[in-house]
Amino acid sequence: MSDKTQPSAEQRFLEKLKAREAVRGAEPTWIAARRQAAAARFEAIGFPGRRVEQWKYTDVRRIRDGEFALADDADFSPAQAAALTLPIEAIRLSFVDGVFAPELSDTGALPAGASVEPLTRALADNHEAVGAVLGRLTGVEFSPFAALNTAFAEEGAVIRLAPGTVVETPILLQFLSRAGERPVMSHPRVLIQAGARSQATVLEHYVGDPTAANFTNVVAEAILERGALLTHYTLQESPLDDLLVRSLQVEQGRDSRFTSFTVNLGGALVRNDLVADLNAQGAEANYYGLFFAQGRQHVDNHTLVNHNAPLTFSNENYKGVLDDRARGVFNGKVVVKRDSQQIEAHQSNANLLLSDRAEIDTKPELEIYADDVKCSHGATTGQLDEDAVFALRARGIDAQTARGLLTLAFAGEVMEKVELDAVAERVELTVAGKLPERFNLGGLVEAALLDEQAFEEASGHDRND
Amino acid sequence: MATEEMEQLVRREYTQGFVTDIESDTVPPGLDESVIAFISQKKGEPQWMLDWRLEAYHQWLKMKTPSWAHLDYPPIDYQAISYYSAPKKPEDRPQSLDEVDPKLLETYEKLGIPLHERAALAGVAVDAVFDSVSVTTTFKEKLAEAGVIFCSISEAIRDYPELVKQYLGSVVPQGDNYFAALNSAVFTDGSFVYVPEGVTCPMELSTYFRINAANTGQFERTLIVCDKRAQVSYLEGCTAPQRDENQLHAAVVELVALEDAYIKYSTVQNWYPGDEDGKGGIYNFVTKRADCRGDRSKVSWTQVETGSAITWKYPSCMLRGKDSVGEFYSVAVTNGRQQADTGTKMIHIGENTKSTIVSKGIAAGRSDQAYRGLVKIGPRAKRARNFTQCDSLLIGDRCGAHTFPYQEIGNSTATVEHEATTSKIGEDQLFYCRQRGISEEDAVNMIVNGFCKDVFQELPMEFAVEAEALLNVTLEGAVG
Repeated sequence: MSDKTQPSAEQRFLEKLKAREAVRGAEPTWIAARRQAAAARFEAIGFPGRRVEQWKYTDVRRIRDGEFALADDADFSPAQAAALTLPIEAIRLSFVDGVFAPELSDTGALPAGASVEPLTRALADNHEAVGAVLGRLTGVEFSPFAALNTAFAEEGAVIRLAPGTVVETPILLQFLSRAGERPVMSHPRVLIQAGARSQATVLEHYVGDPTAANFTNVVAEAILERGALLTHYTLQESPLDDLLVRSLQVEQGRDSRFTSFTVNLGGALVRNDLVADLNAQGAEANYYGLFFAQGRQHVDNHTLVNHNAPLTFSNENYKGVLDDRARGVFNGKVVVKRDSQQIEAHQSNANLLLSDRAEIDTKPELEIYADDVKCSHGATTGQLDEDAVFALRARGIDAQTARGLLTLAFAGEVMEKVELDAVAERVELTVAGKLPERFNLGGLVEAALLDEQAFEEASGHDRND
Repeated sequence: MATEEMEQLVRREYTQGFVTDIESDTVPPGLDESVIAFISQKKGEPQWMLDWRLEAYHQWLKMKTPSWAHLDYPPIDYQAISYYSAPKKPEDRPQSLDEVDPKLLETYEKLGIPLHERAALAGVAVDAVFDSVSVTTTFKEKLAEAGVIFCSISEAIRDYPELVKQYLGSVVPQGDNYFAALNSAVFTDGSFVYVPEGVTCPMELSTYFRINAANTGQFERTLIVCDKRAQVSYLEGCTAPQRDENQLHAAVVELVALEDAYIKYSTVQNWYPGDEDGKGGIYNFVTKRADCRGDRSKVSWTQVETGSAITWKYPSCMLRGKDSVGEFYSVAVTNGRQQADTGTKMIHIGENTKSTIVSKGIAAGRSDQAYRGLVKIGPRAKRARNFTQCDSLLIGDRCGAHTFPYQEIGNSTATVEHEATTSKIGEDQLFYCRQRGISEEDAVNMIVNGFCKDVFQELPMEFAVEAEALLNVTLEGAVG
């Protein structure tokens, strides 16, 4: 291990950075300086071990020991891209292995006062304006992966909403993972600046070629000014061998509301960090999450809400379904700062284990330094209610199907909050599609689709009638 | 409430703080092999015990102080602590209460524990630990009749070496953690209980701890073994005199429950919490663990923690036997600058194991309190069941209450539930009481006692009364 000729994992990663610098054009000095500082920081702290509390249950050796190149083009079969893309009307930015793909993007429908552009373009326009906010929330201290991202990041998305701007159409950030000769890594950077009273829905969609095995390391930051409303979706359907580490850090001003849906279905190793700083009164954060893992998938969700001001509210509900030898991790933390009175914070995590070899490690934490608060958390882990299974069987539904239906219903509690129907449907179908071997739901899904078709035909293709 | 009145209450001195002047047989501060050899020799221990201690000491040397707890205290200088102190002439043990040093009895009087009266009336056998050596053990004969062994651990090492050899360190190994290793090396006394097969201990066993000689850390080692179908209820209560220097207390308690055995372990802890600046209180780093080895065995931990400047304590259950049951009921009250990081671990290994955790935390003043618990369900623990509830009550806006519940679940047939709430005393509840002519102080006590009811009802009768009184005393002046 201590063989001097053998570079450390961190050094191997940073060598890639050096090689990249040789081909990359000149950059503004602040970017170069920031890269250097981040690289130094990453080398100093290194990949997290299991002894680090934040990574106690998540082993990142698959990333550490991996050999990842950097992609330099965004070629992707249009037919495949079309099949993978969510069927919704959206303002779309697509990235293939982290490289911006203009032909798969469409930002036509933007209202005035809103801008959605790739990071490279935003930097080219006015790098100082971007530099002033980029990295303000997620510094290199946040995690070794944030440092790694800061050192490497070149591309990403910058979403800016002027005060009062309402963007009705969802903004879709699509991250496509491509199967290639060798695995690649990408370090996308997302920045969302929502001005006062602005409104938008942002959707991060992770999807790709089923045989891909890439490493994606995303850092996203969102700044919500007074009264801004942001709904953020993460629909993670990465290829089953993909490795994904992402963080989203949100800063909330007075009366702003942030709602997050984190749905994890794919990936071999997935780690999500979600942090909201409620900095002024009236700020509200809602976290909803669903994770479904099979095989040897590992899904880790770490969430944190910082109640930094009085009269702030948070609500969290995460649900997990784990099958085969999958492992789920949930760590939800609520911190109420001193003098942050009249807080309400609720947190709940429920998990369903479908197999004896699946494992869930959950830790809902509260750290409270004010007394006039109403905080609660709950965590449950169990199996399907046998009485409910019996009730369905008594109605002539076979045991497998009954279990499948109840599992779907379990996930449904989170999904029913989803306002984007396309997302809800996609998730439901994917979950149902993942269940058939065990639950024999395939027929059910087809039947439901047929029913719907019949219904639509009967009502003359118009469901609003 | 008037501020003046409040101030008065807040400044109230610790009523149970006083120092008994008994000449101690103390070794100079510091820890090395010779000190351990001295302790071992003083106790008349056999060679194997000394070897065991030295093994622990060598492990301890290689370990680091744990830093993960939500606690803040200056580093402890382990070389500044004296590791042995005993009341004079430990060989001349009094045979009855009449022979006990009157000064000592006076001490118990001041504590409100009339030993003889209590022992006689309540039918409690008291193995009173004064500093490190047991000075009196009552009701020994009655216990002997039933075949129950209840003596100090030193006596047990001498008189029942086979039992001690078999069980000591089998639940908490020497190198389990930093403080357990230290304890294993230097423990000076504690209790040993062995309840033979099929015997229900005829009375509740009780030990009152006192930390006395200044500068002496107390390292208790308690070992309770309940053989098949045996039952015992053990009470542990503690108070300590007021003093300035921090006192380290690192106890180890090991419980072993064989098939169908039932051990109930209750603690009321009221050590000196330090003055209003948090100076001088007891550091309480305790390792308590029960091993439910046998099928259908049951262990119940009940604790009321009101004292100590720092509490680091996680009574745990390893549920190995099929159908074994672990329970943890806790009330922790912190005021002033007290810090407590406490909770439990329930390790489900056997099938059909069940555990219940009820933890009530009350933080007042500038205190900080954390519940830290682990529920682990192993892959073979089919149909394991856990229910956890931890509620915190905050009194005042300068205190903190934290919850860190770990759940590691590796079995699909397990059912694990965790609930936690944090809130302050409801204004409407207070108003309701005040409106009926109940003073604010009394109203708060009433509400707090109600909040803790679930735990208090698990305590043996005498303890429950004491615990309620203790709670009221601890919270005095905290409300406004």
